[in-house]
Amino acid sequence: MIKTDVVIIGAGPTGLFCAHQLGIIGLKCEIVDNLDKIGGQCIELYPDKPIYDIPAVPKCTGEELTNNLIEQIKPFNFNFHLSDRVQELKNENNKWLVKTLNGKEFETTNIVIAGGVGSFEPRKFPTKSAEKYDGKSVLYSIKDKTIFKDKSVAIFGGGDSALDWAIELSNSSKVTLIHRRDEFRGAPASVQKIKELSDNKTINLITKYSIKDVKGNGSLESVEIKSETGDIKVIKADYVLGFFGLIMQLGPIAEWGLNLDKKTIPVNTENFETNKKGIFAIGDICTYPGKLKLILSGFHEGALAARGCFKYARPDEKYRFEFTTASSTIKDRLGVKE
Amino acid sequence: MAKIKYIEFNGKEHEIEVPNGMTVMEGAVHGNIPGIDADCGGGMSCATCHVYINDDEWFKKLPEKEMGEDDMLDQAYEPKSNSRLSCQLIVSDDLDGLTVHMPEKQV
Repeated sequence: MIKTDVVIIGAGPTGLFCAHQLGIIGLKCEIVDNLDKIGGQCIELYPDKPIYDIPAVPKCTGEELTNNLIEQIKPFNFNFHLSDRVQELKNENNKWLVKTLNGKEFETTNIVIAGGVGSFEPRKFPTKSAEKYDGKSVLYSIKDKTIFKDKSVAIFGGGDSALDWAIELSNSSKVTLIHRRDEFRGAPASVQKIKELSDNKTINLITKYSIKDVKGNGSLESVEIKSETGDIKVIKADYVLGFFGLIMQLGPIAEWGLNLDKKTIPVNTENFETNKKGIFAIGDICTYPGKLKLILSGFHEGALAARGCFKYARPDEKYRFEFTTASSTIKDRLGVKE
Repeated sequence: MAKIKYIEFNGKEHEIEVPNGMTVMEGAVHGNIPGIDADCGGGMSCATCHVYINDDEWFKKLPEKEMGEDDMLDQAYEPKSNSRLSCQLIVSDDLDGLTVHMPEKQV
């Protein structure tokens, strides 16, 4: 059990800056994120795309913004719990007991939900029949590639994951790569390699087809694919792999008794607290009159939520507003030597 | 201003006037029309505002896809050759009378 002042759900820009503000006012926090890296949408969806509306930063990419925020909170040595998801919340004696998917437990006075549009999950095949084999022979990520040795593998997708795995597995498996159009979005070198492997018959490349059904009797035997004009092919497959990127799902957050408005959480604009005492929501996931889904709004919301957390984390202390330029206490916290 | 018709997968029709400059996606979201999620808020980063343009004449009339739209559509639910991301369709008088069909879901 880790005892802390605040558990932040989501390591995107809003969660990171809220952590900074908590550090500045002397609170501790632990940060949990479902992704295997820090940065949220900035790092997962647009690491290379320039952002033009961060105050005083005329232009930076999602990755640069993330790296700068990580640098900014370094002095506080906060812990990150990546590839994990907060699953359960329970209130006991005005403390929140938090459990994660990987079995970590926290005791905290505050929770800040900075969850964007939810946690990133792999996009799955639309076919119902694929669910039956999910995690066994229908896979959306690969942990152990040795299971595919000498097997027939049907890979769907046109991005780097699909291409890289098709190339990699073609060494030891019978690979069929299926994509809905002739163009691939993967790296040009990989696309070139795939074309070579297809020309010399190492892999079976089928374009302008998508999945229709998976068939099997106990274990998976084949996958049925269809073209837009209705042509159907059946491909022998021991494994079916889908690489369609990630989608954001609200997930367990929907089950914590918070008021929800579509996929967002209503908050007050004084400290961004939700209908539950000690649970705050900031960034894209919160809503209030006039809400803008801008990173800068998330920063503001995080700063105010941090002060809101202080009240519950230090009930016997009075929060005192200080400037970073002038406060020696803050400079100590930042480890600044003068 | 353009009159846009949104047809849900179950056939339910919604016809609304969308001001010029808004996107077809925003028209649906602001008009509380179900079937378009737009998780990323219009950044061409999520493929959850996917629609079909079933009328071929209309499909050809729309501004061409920019780089990246087809890459995102690869990840959409049941993309077809008449698929578009509605966040990339900016409303003008020229779009008056456009009909978009929603996919079964936005995943």
